[in-house]
Amino acid sequence: MDREYDVLIAGGGHGGTQVATALRQYGFDGSIAIVNAEDAYPYQRPPLSKAYLEGTVDVGQISIRPASYWADHGIDLVRGRRIDAVDPAQRFVTTDDGAAVKYRTVVWATGSTPRVLDCAGWDLSGIHVVRSLSDVDRLRADLASASAVAIVGGGYIGLETAAVLRKLGKQVTVVEAFSRVLARVSADPISDFYQAQHREHGVELRVDSKVISFEGAGDHVQAVRLTGGEAIPADAAIVGVGVVPSAGPLVAAGARYDNGVLVDGQCRTSLPDIYAVGDCTASPNVYADGAVLRLESVQNAIDQGSTVARRLSGKPEADPAVPSFWSDQYDLRLRTIGVSYGYHDAVVRGDPTSRSFSVVYLKSGRVIAVDSVNAAKDFARGRALVRSAARIDVSAIADTSRPLDDLVIHAPELDGREVSVDAGG
Amino acid sequence: MLTPVADPKSETAGAQVMVTDRAGNLHAVGFSEGRSLMETIRDSGIGDIAALCGGTCSCATCHVFIADGWTERVGPPVQDELDLLETSEFFSDESRLSCQVVLTAELDGLPVTIAPED
Repeated sequence: MDREYDVLIAGGGHGGTQVATALRQYGFDGSIAIVNAEDAYPYQRPPLSKAYLEGTVDVGQISIRPASYWADHGIDLVRGRRIDAVDPAQRFVTTDDGAAVKYRTVVWATGSTPRVLDCAGWDLSGIHVVRSLSDVDRLRADLASASAVAIVGGGYIGLETAAVLRKLGKQVTVVEAFSRVLARVSADPISDFYQAQHREHGVELRVDSKVISFEGAGDHVQAVRLTGGEAIPADAAIVGVGVVPSAGPLVAAGARYDNGVLVDGQCRTSLPDIYAVGDCTASPNVYADGAVLRLESVQNAIDQGSTVARRLSGKPEADPAVPSFWSDQYDLRLRTIGVSYGYHDAVVRGDPTSRSFSVVYLKSGRVIAVDSVNAAKDFARGRALVRSAARIDVSAIADTSRPLDDLVIHAPELDGREVSVDAGG
Repeated sequence: MLTPVADPKSETAGAQVMVTDRAGNLHAVGFSEGRSLMETIRDSGIGDIAALCGGTCSCATCHVFIADGWTERVGPPVQDELDLLETSEFFSDESRLSCQVVLTAELDGLPVTIAPED
């Protein structure tokens, strides 16, 4: 691939592919390449810890576009190749086969890699992460002969896989280092509810528990040893303890970085004509009072991808998208709108024992996020409240007979708190 | 009336849905039974549907209108889907989330319009 591209995209996940597909949708007729480290055609990641792990959908059903789409739309999809170096002065990248590729614009969209546990036995076979299609293919192969599975980490990945594995009849133990599951993203009532649900479904849960080692029979994992001394039986283990942004070559090229490649609201990095989108980026978030956040979500990757595509095709800027997240476990749909980062109050709306309720997050009396469990209406109506930074009648939040947007006292315009931070220089 | 423009890739396909995109262009899109309407539209290359959540009824970015006269055959949304739809400023009684509409042979010819972006 000794040539020059108008838009060279590093990474073929949700963010990178969105840049390419949106560019074509907006009528951009320049040359586009996606360099993707994985051999597989671009696929959706959320099903990896859900339906694809369970085996109810196959790889064809989770593809981002049909395999023929890329060539049909003049997008060079380079599979199984990585960009190892970026030279922003001479405007070329070097791929892992040593080829130099010139560019006019780069979009860095390489996502993140699972955090590893630096402990004895980490190199045993049968210890898995859930990030790529091949990760899950290996996990599924291992599960065929596993009856007990230990899951390290009580976040979305850990809990979603726990739910699937219980469905598959496995003996499941979830080990969480903090005092409650989902601690990083949600308030106590959500954690309490999910802990109770998982226990009801037969999951063994160990909170305040850290792993000191993986123990093996031969070279295959057999147990996970906790700090308290307990050995959790594990014919296979799954580790979901967060991710590390993938940005080495950009950082080496001089891009500003702080827990992610720093980008502004237009996804510009500090390097000329290099943008970045998705999990590998951190940016000032208008929905978190301008705090620099790294959002790990499909919605963020796609909306950032659209932002870059609009800019590169000369379309007007869109309003910043309200962050949203979702997680399906058993028959429970957790949908989140907004970012609860820095909240002052978390108010429960509805009765958790009814398995349909929400938690409304407030900061200085403004609604900043809503977690909804089997409560789509609160999620949908919460969006407008988060967007407008609405003040609502807090004393009435628990009254589910009144829709959330009926409680608004004052909804300032978003424009009044637009944040502009320059990631350049 | 717009004249349907055959999508070259669907010429050999039997069953089709007739999709009007946001620019007002009409596309005849072939489908396989059992596929969702959202997947069918997305895979055809019509880019107007974001479908952020991949079809799990979690994002409401695949809103379409089912033409009058077909809503009964397509069926009504369940409450969960309706809760997401009804906050759209373009919500009507022809609204559906296309990820929740599974295409069957009897929906051959279904006229669908992609809802404006909220």
